[in-house]
Amino acid sequence: MSLAVASGGPARRPRYRLRRSLTRAASVTLGVALVIWTVMPVYNMVLIALDSDADEYSGNIWPPDPSFESFRVIWTEGYWYLENFWHQFGNSIFIGLMTMVLTVFIGSLASFALGRMRLRRRWLLSNAALLTYVLPASFLAIPFVHIAHRYGLSDSLWAVIAAEVMFATPYAILIFQQYGRLIPFELDDAARVDGASPVQVYLHIYLPLMAPALVAVGTYALLLAWNEYLYQFLLLSSTKSMTVAVALDQFFDSDEAPWNYMMSTAIVYSLPPIAIYYALRRYMMTGLTMGGVRA
Amino acid sequence: MSSTAQQALAVSRSFVASRPAHRAWHGGLLGTEFAWAIAFAIPYAAVFCAFVVYPVAYGLWLGSKPALYTELFSDPRFLNAVLNTVLYVGIGVNLKMALAFLLSGFFMRKRWWVKSLLVIYILPWAVPALPAFMSIHWLLNGQWGFLNSALWMLFGIDGPIWLNSHWLGLGANIGSYIWKNMPFWTVIFIAGRMAIPQELYEAADMDGATGLRRFRYVTLPLLAQLYLVSTLLSTIWSLGDFNAVFFVSGGGPAMSTEVLATLGIRYAFTIGDPRLGVACVMCALPLLLPMVVLLMHKLRTQEVQL
Repeated sequence: MSLAVASGGPARRPRYRLRRSLTRAASVTLGVALVIWTVMPVYNMVLIALDSDADEYSGNIWPPDPSFESFRVIWTEGYWYLENFWHQFGNSIFIGLMTMVLTVFIGSLASFALGRMRLRRRWLLSNAALLTYVLPASFLAIPFVHIAHRYGLSDSLWAVIAAEVMFATPYAILIFQQYGRLIPFELDDAARVDGASPVQVYLHIYLPLMAPALVAVGTYALLLAWNEYLYQFLLLSSTKSMTVAVALDQFFDSDEAPWNYMMSTAIVYSLPPIAIYYALRRYMMTGLTMGGVRA
Repeated sequence: MSSTAQQALAVSRSFVASRPAHRAWHGGLLGTEFAWAIAFAIPYAAVFCAFVVYPVAYGLWLGSKPALYTELFSDPRFLNAVLNTVLYVGIGVNLKMALAFLLSGFFMRKRWWVKSLLVIYILPWAVPALPAFMSIHWLLNGQWGFLNSALWMLFGIDGPIWLNSHWLGLGANIGSYIWKNMPFWTVIFIAGRMAIPQELYEAADMDGATGLRRFRYVTLPLLAQLYLVSTLLSTIWSLGDFNAVFFVSGGGPAMSTEVLATLGIRYAFTIGDPRLGVACVMCALPLLLPMVVLLMHKLRTQEVQL
């Protein structure tokens, strides 16, 4: 035994140690590369936003003279592109909240009918949901805009809300159905024996027990509506009805707009979703295993 | 889980207690139950008909004239966009998925700094697409963009004008797409890896499997379905991806990096020809439909838990 150790040990140990330190060096290198790759665009955003000179960007790789002037300009709406900024911010919030409420409401009703009420031909509805789930939003945009005009919803926030709800609800139905399977049917039956109507079962049993899924889907819908750009751009045209995303794009398209204002607007726009993601990070990451996937 | 069950029990108890049994739920009420079920399903059915069926039907009608397609195929920009779409989706999705899969293995390490790295790593997932891609657009500016400035100051390299050539522009779009979407799929694969029972690895260890073999004979077969379904789903979504191309390269130079999604929107709203735009987007259907059918089949038959 001791002989084996004596003969095998010295020869093997250095090689083992070498391999270990090599693995370690490789993983540290990978880690550093990942950080640079991940952070660069975000750093660039901050760098430009902190630039003090609005007209000429210096091309530095660190802020030589950081200034929060551009954030002050946004706060006071002190530039003509930003005149309605906080109004537009409110529009974004309004669209997000409405999408959240309607998605949770419509999605939970539909999933209750599908999962708990033994409706005949329910596959029709769940297939409709699946089909919308895999339909690329940008492909539907052209006819959707025409239809929205036909409904009399041109330049209306409700047209955008309709679009976001339409794209968020299928995911909501999928999640709710998967989560709903965890709730025993005996509960519904017991309530019904006691004379509860379907509405009461929905309100007093289904919704309270679905709370985690409702929160997850609500957050998802809120972020979807906040982050979405294409439909808001195509459906909203006047400055009063624009959202932050559309206003940001106007900045991006104009030649004369100061870059530091544009990038600080971008940061102000990004902060709420980033805060929500990181606050609910653990929850969102485990929520993914709950069922359904949506970026 | 057990707390949920307890909660459920508690809810049902209070419910039962507060509502004395005065009428049983039986036979004769099936009619009203049916009516309620319909009433519950109606809001979604209405949304679906008004905002999915009608636009889809209208879109199909808009793009139904054969003459549109002869016009489309005689436009070199369109043929170029088809090529770009195939490259963008083919390279972007597969590279992203492969990297995400490998990185998910890296993030399974238990070291503290790997865990905190994951917190930074998911940042692109949290940042909205629009500002992120705008920032990348300025980052790649040839004259004073951050990337070229950094290359010059740190290594003395004079970087190219990134967005001024077809191939570099397309590469920038694909890179941005990967940057934005890789963290999400990495997290999916991390969740998949965590669901693999540890006993399997222990058993493999007993049989003498180490390193690569553990990966080849345990991890890979168990995650193959998840990988396949994720790749299908991601391919379908990336076919309709609009933001990366629209903001990073802007389709330029001279509309050479457009993909079908951005070209369709440009035909419809910049040039003002919605029929041509719809026709352009419809050309993705032969690629899209088989994948949708396959995906739906997979999701239904194999119960892949995503």
